[in-house]
Amino acid sequence: MADDPLSLTFAALADPTRRAILARLAEGAATVKELSEPFAMSGPAVSKHLRVLERAGLITRGRDAQWRPCALDATPLREVSEWAEAFRHFWEPSYRRLDAYLRHMKETE
Amino acid sequence: MSTTDTVPWSLPSDVEVAMTRTFDAPRHLVFDAFTKPEHVVHWMLGPDGWTMPVCEIDLRPGGRWHMVWHRPDGSTMSMVGRYLEVTPHTRTVQTESWGPEWPETVNTTEFTADGDRTTVVQTMRFPSKEARDRASGTGMRDGATTSYERLAAYLAERS
Repeated sequence: MADDPLSLTFAALADPTRRAILARLAEGAATVKELSEPFAMSGPAVSKHLRVLERAGLITRGRDAQWRPCALDATPLREVSEWAEAFRHFWEPSYRRLDAYLRHMKETE
Repeated sequence: MSTTDTVPWSLPSDVEVAMTRTFDAPRHLVFDAFTKPEHVVHWMLGPDGWTMPVCEIDLRPGGRWHMVWHRPDGSTMSMVGRYLEVTPHTRTVQTESWGPEWPETVNTTEFTADGDRTTVVQTMRFPSKEARDRASGTGMRDGATTSYERLAAYLAERS
């Protein structure tokens, strides 16, 4: 797998559990135990997801050896959200226009 | 359903972004709307107020395409590329470049008939590590916080 920053971000975001973990961390830092609760997953399984997120630079871990709370680092999301925003900004109005234009095409066919 | 204002997008792999949209029209019409300049200029305009004074499409493998948009503020956006694959009414694959500061992507558009409706999946693929790395240097603009917040909300909706 490519290990450039954007690829790591995309790979990390490609998994629904990891997206849910990020969505939770967008509300504030949390410990592994707190993150495990809503997912019916074992601590090690969650830790594995956290390692992927950490490698992609999407989360930071506290230094407290016992708890190591996780916090969201949104920096890598910047590029992905830029892409998503650019897509939406351009395609949403275009698609709406196309809906109307296709009606016209059907009538004149 | 095509009543929603949001374009559902997904990440099929670590180097791809895909958009899916269903249209209430038969496949041959939707394909023409995407690939014939006389139709494209009526709708592929992006935000309100943009116009497309240039739309050239040579729809065959190796054929070039070129589109230019004018924004209301007088600025211009140009896109160029080349078709790699054309299967009428079913699938096109084309390169796309938005300019030197963007990576060249390879875009696959697939048209699937569903009775009188048609589902279009557009997949944008980063063709190389270099291109992705170049993309990594773009878009570092002020006000990105809003994007984060929107994306966080989006992720929350999706999870």
